[in-house]
Amino acid sequence: MHEVLQKFFSPHSFRVALPDVWTGFQLNLKLMVLSEILVLILALAIAVVRGLPGRGAAPFRALAIFYTDIFRGTPLILVAFLVGFGLPGLNMHVVSSQSNFVYGVIALTLVYTAYVTEVYRAGIESVHPSQRMAARSLGLSYWQAMRYVVIPQAVRRVIPPLLNDFVGLQKDTALVTVIGVAEAAQQAQQFSQNNYNFTSYVVAAVFFILLTIPLARFTDHLIALRERRERAQAT
Amino acid sequence: MSFVDVKNVSKSFGELRVLRDVDLAVEEHGVVCLIGASGSGKSTLLRCLNLLERVDEGEIVVDGQTITNGHVDVNDLRRKIGIVFQAYNLFPHMTVLDNVTLAPTKVRGVSRREARDRARDLLQRIGLADKAQEFPDRLSGGQQQRVAIARALAMEPKLMLLDEITSALDPQLVAEVLQLVRELAESGMTMILATHEMSFAKEVADKVCFLDQGVICEEGSPEQIFSAPTQARTREFLARVIEAGRL
Repeated sequence: MHEVLQKFFSPHSFRVALPDVWTGFQLNLKLMVLSEILVLILALAIAVVRGLPGRGAAPFRALAIFYTDIFRGTPLILVAFLVGFGLPGLNMHVVSSQSNFVYGVIALTLVYTAYVTEVYRAGIESVHPSQRMAARSLGLSYWQAMRYVVIPQAVRRVIPPLLNDFVGLQKDTALVTVIGVAEAAQQAQQFSQNNYNFTSYVVAAVFFILLTIPLARFTDHLIALRERRERAQAT
Repeated sequence: MSFVDVKNVSKSFGELRVLRDVDLAVEEHGVVCLIGASGSGKSTLLRCLNLLERVDEGEIVVDGQTITNGHVDVNDLRRKIGIVFQAYNLFPHMTVLDNVTLAPTKVRGVSRREARDRARDLLQRIGLADKAQEFPDRLSGGQQQRVAIARALAMEPKLMLLDEITSALDPQLVAEVLQLVRELAESGMTMILATHEMSFAKEVADKVCFLDQGVICEEGSPEQIFSAPTQARTREFLARVIEAGRL
């Protein structure tokens, strides 16, 4: 028992590992924020493309479906390898000369955009067709109806599942350690190997948990709020 | 020439023929009521008029413009034709005021301030000035439907299509909506109404059309249709309506 406490929960190691792991964790935070912003924008664009009407848009729809199929199906760690090692290996201008951090953002964005596209799509499809019809009957174009009537309602509805996916993304920022981003997990691993003590992993875990809990509670709050409003509407 | 001319229009959904060789003329400032059982084609006819549905055969001319030849700018046409639906279809994420100003600002390019001023005037007119900042779910069905009418009027349409706009309302809320429609008729708005409110049709309509299985079975003045219908099917329909206590 003492052995376990010493190896995993040593107060001394906790204090010593803290500064390095915190430095690494700041990279995780940057990875999160950048990827989340990119994902929010790209996923919405792809979800809209997937919903385009008409035969002319068929190739674009197919492309959007192809993208989500590929990147939802491929494990993030493989995408990270492909981007982090593959792109530099191409020896191409700009593409091959980015930092590991940038490749990390690209890998995370590619994978999570695929998930979030589906979330947005569910939201867009949940807006009743009569809303679009009402907008169109006022003379709004397809795009105006999407922009002012459909998407605002869709986005409001999908905020809870969206935040859920972001909890996943926040944790998965640790995975880009495999392409050599010196983030929290990597810092923890280094400490652990040098000191033969695993407390540093616990430190990193604590950071992630502390970040996730408020987001999870906030999501719960939003869901409860909506349920209350829907119940009030039903009566 | 009439303001609206429907000539030989047919429309099918798959195997089902919803409209068969329909002819209808509506004069400017005229009020036409379409009556008939559910599924007789009233709503489809209204939707064809603002191209929410495409006709399979025939021709529709509105304000001298042929709208069924595929060359018409749909969005442009819809600015001239307002439609109000049975289920109101207000935008739930916008305030009453924003519901009314959305189309004028985005489609007609009216300035925000001007649109708001006009929207307030409209809301005043329909007795809902104090609800401008409310969201639709805070309003009664009758109030929502009046806002939906105001939203359509904000585009200053030349023709209003009202698709069973009182059918989803509690009986005690019907009167306030009908009163608004009555005022519109008096102001000279050209209107086509699909309705189950027979006494109202009798009161406001210049012309009543009885639809049965996608055909205009009989049309005439309200007096003629309601007091001396010539067609057997019209008589049957009205007999059932009277039996139900709706006339």
